[in-house]
Amino acid sequence: MLHTVNKSPFQSSNLKNCSRYVKSGDALLLLEDGVYAAMQGTEQSGLIESLLSNGVSVYAISADLTMRAVSQPIEGVTAVDYAGFVDLVEEHPLHSWL
Amino acid sequence: MKLTIFVQEGPYNHQASDSAWQFIQAARAKGHEIVGVFFYHDGVLNATKDMDPPQDDRHIANRWDELGAEGVDIVICIAAAKRRGVIPENIVANTRISGLGQLAKMALNSDRVVTFGD
Amino acid sequence: MERNLMISVHRPPHGSIYVQEAIEVMFIFASYDINLSVVFMDDGVMALKSGQDGSEAGMKGFMASLGALVDFEVENVFVDEESLKERNISVDDLVSIGDDFDTDVPVYPKVVSSAEIREMMDKQQGILPF
Repeated sequence: MLHTVNKSPFQSSNLKNCSRYVKSGDALLLLEDGVYAAMQGTEQSGLIESLLSNGVSVYAISADLTMRAVSQPIEGVTAVDYAGFVDLVEEHPLHSWL
Repeated sequence: MKLTIFVQEGPYNHQASDSAWQFIQAARAKGHEIVGVFFYHDGVLNATKDMDPPQDDRHIANRWDELGAEGVDIVICIAAAKRRGVIPENIVANTRISGLGQLAKMALNSDRVVTFGD
Repeated sequence: MERNLMISVHRPPHGSIYVQEAIEVMFIFASYDINLSVVFMDDGVMALKSGQDGSEAGMKGFMASLGALVDFEVENVFVDEESLKERNISVDDLVSIGDDFDTDVPVYPKVVSSAEIREMMDKQQGILPF
């Protein structure tokens, strides 16, 4: 399954809620304000780090990273463009955590 | 892939409409089919005809108008539209107001429903 | 050909219209060839609290519609156990979603675990989140 999260983890518990339903082998795409979860060294970085170590592939929309000046996402997070987003949707059924 | 795009937020206030449009551009460039775009909740405001943003920024309603002109079915939910004062006279061309049944039909005819919202 | 579609309700009611307009989608989807499942989870479970009353707030709300879900053939309605516990909402505090067509016995949302919800999600052709 592909999960998408579009809110900052400081603003919303969506990423935390999503983590309860995630399985190893799933993918997570951070978009819009969700990319703030990919910032290194924050109080919320552990959420993404934990998902990565549990076998979840984590992606972030590159346009959203650069718009927000998140230049060095957490290691293991893969930046993708919208074409990459489309490929992820093709590969997995999806659930958006709004 | 046949895709339904479900947009739940209005223009400018949230990034949803932009993300949806960017996704659609990328999907069509890859040869995927957009079965339809369905605007719900404040999403019905995306096709407001009298939108007049600053000249040097994107014009969201025009984007949807152009996409509709390219043959993509762009539907504004009538129930949500009525609540928010959106009527046929104040939406851009190449979009149409119709019922939630259109969302059901789009979803039934698609491989994926992709939702953009808050 | 019937398809499995799920509506997931994540947001609390009344502070925004998402829950109310999600219920409108449920009614319409039930009249199509859709095997519809509805899951209330996270803050969405609060939509099922009994005794909600919008009269002082001057807002109609959706509470009457919830009681008609079964009448409109929206019967596969689930609620996440963990989300209820986190919010100290007892199973006894949930509203009925209508009466059983044959027996007239009130029908309630089925309480399920997060793991069960994930399994249900894996069986869907599409999930519409609200």
